[in-house]
Amino acid sequence: MTTTVTATRAVLRTEARLFSREPGSLFWVMLSPTVLLVILGLIPSFREPSADLGHRRVIDLYVAVSVLFALIMAGLQAMPPVLAGYRERGILRRMSTTPVRPAALLTAQLALHAVAALVSSLLAVTVGRLAFDVALPGNIAGYCLALLLATAVGLALGATVCAVSRTQKIATAVGSAVFFPTMFTAGVWVPVQAMPGTLREVVELTPYGAASRALDTAGSGAWPEWTTLGVMALWAAVLTGVAVRRFRWE
Amino acid sequence: MIEIQDLHKAYGDRKAVDGVSFAVEEGEIFGVLGPNGAGKTTTVECVAGLRVPDGGTVRVAGLDPVTRHEEVTRLLGVQLQQSELQPKLTVREALGLYASFHDRPADWRVLVERLGLEGQLGTRFGRLSGGQKQRLFVALALVGNPRAVVLDELTTGLDPRSRRETWALVEDIRAGGVTVLLVTHFMEEAQRLCDRIALIDRGRVTALDTPAGLIDRTAASRTVSFAADTPLDRADLLALPGTVDVETRDGRTSVTGTDETVDAFIHLLARRAVTARGLRVVEATLDDAYLDLTGADRS
Repeated sequence: MTTTVTATRAVLRTEARLFSREPGSLFWVMLSPTVLLVILGLIPSFREPSADLGHRRVIDLYVAVSVLFALIMAGLQAMPPVLAGYRERGILRRMSTTPVRPAALLTAQLALHAVAALVSSLLAVTVGRLAFDVALPGNIAGYCLALLLATAVGLALGATVCAVSRTQKIATAVGSAVFFPTMFTAGVWVPVQAMPGTLREVVELTPYGAASRALDTAGSGAWPEWTTLGVMALWAAVLTGVAVRRFRWE
Repeated sequence: MIEIQDLHKAYGDRKAVDGVSFAVEEGEIFGVLGPNGAGKTTTVECVAGLRVPDGGTVRVAGLDPVTRHEEVTRLLGVQLQQSELQPKLTVREALGLYASFHDRPADWRVLVERLGLEGQLGTRFGRLSGGQKQRLFVALALVGNPRAVVLDELTTGLDPRSRRETWALVEDIRAGGVTVLLVTHFMEEAQRLCDRIALIDRGRVTALDTPAGLIDRTAASRTVSFAADTPLDRADLLALPGTVDVETRDGRTSVTGTDETVDAFIHLLARRAVTARGLRVVEATLDDAYLDLTGADRS
């Protein structure tokens, strides 16, 4: 039993080291969301309250968008090629011939991408507060819960992409194909809160649309609606189920 | 140490393994030899517990590699084809990681020295040469102090020099008391290293013997060639027991047959008082035996 614990820890440590050797992933997951926020924040009109947004500023909405952008980058862009590559190169297979299950490798990757996305989120919130005076989330507990659920959905979506893709190339392609709709529903181009009524209602049924609403509600101090959290939980459960069922070890 | 009995495994309609049986004794180097697609890899994948057999039994030290997978992984080191490592993982990190998977790992520093990888400890896997990668794989298969190792196509893609180094390594492994199951399609490798060989063709064991035994089994295991001062009648030579071929070229005659043919030929020379100059007896290689044993029912 102790070997299992030691081994799992060693796998996690090794994968963390390998993760730190991927400057591309590090930039896109950890920094690019904050860079996006800073660029938008430099546009003067985005720092002006707008009547259309209920007298909020565009930059106020974009902190949550940057947080979701970090989750999308981690779950859909960074993780699927890594997992698919591990399968394609026989790295999972090699591990199956040792006392450690290859699932330890996948778990380590999920954990690392989750942590990276959360650190990136924290950075975006902090920079939003310090540079652009965006108020910190009013309901911290609700915000954290929404963030954790959104992370779970994001990673489950990435894992599903990997599960249905036979090769690393396909995983990258599918990841990119799913990437644009998720960017849209996360409100990267038009914040969900600024979308017209019907569109907004539909978008809020998608994983990132729901996450956007939950973060926005918690950000403004209220507890996120249970229906919104329910939508996210349901997506996370369904996608995890699909990923687990469809995943091929080789 | 490793026992396989009547193993069957099909992928869809294709029977990859169709009734393979053999037993690897403790301390031997056992070769599994056969053409590509003969079912060698599927067989060893079943030994490693990576595939569930459709029929038959596989035992490693008496354990079922599927139902008692974890215990088997502690006894059996495995190097399979098409299993790489993370490209940015260094040699040192890979060894440390795989050593941490075992209760009583071998000292990987000693392994590294034995395998001549001291200079590559800080090198990333992706930057290693083919030979260095293979040596690292062998180190990883040995790092758990296994009682047996499976080495699948270890020298494929290596230059002759690295191949020879790898052979020395395999002999070294056995000298350390580890049983070796070696999968290969190189005759020379099998002939040089293996105590016994199972010849696998189209999912079945077509022959199982020592390398010398396999060669003796072929109908054309010996060729005796000579230049006689008085010509010998071709019909007499063909009449020798076991002769399969008689050929004369540039004044030299070659008679191909078995050990018995050679004996009878010497008697014939003595009886006729014929002097044969430049008499040479050439033993067939495992190559010839292999072609003979796998090609016979294909033509």
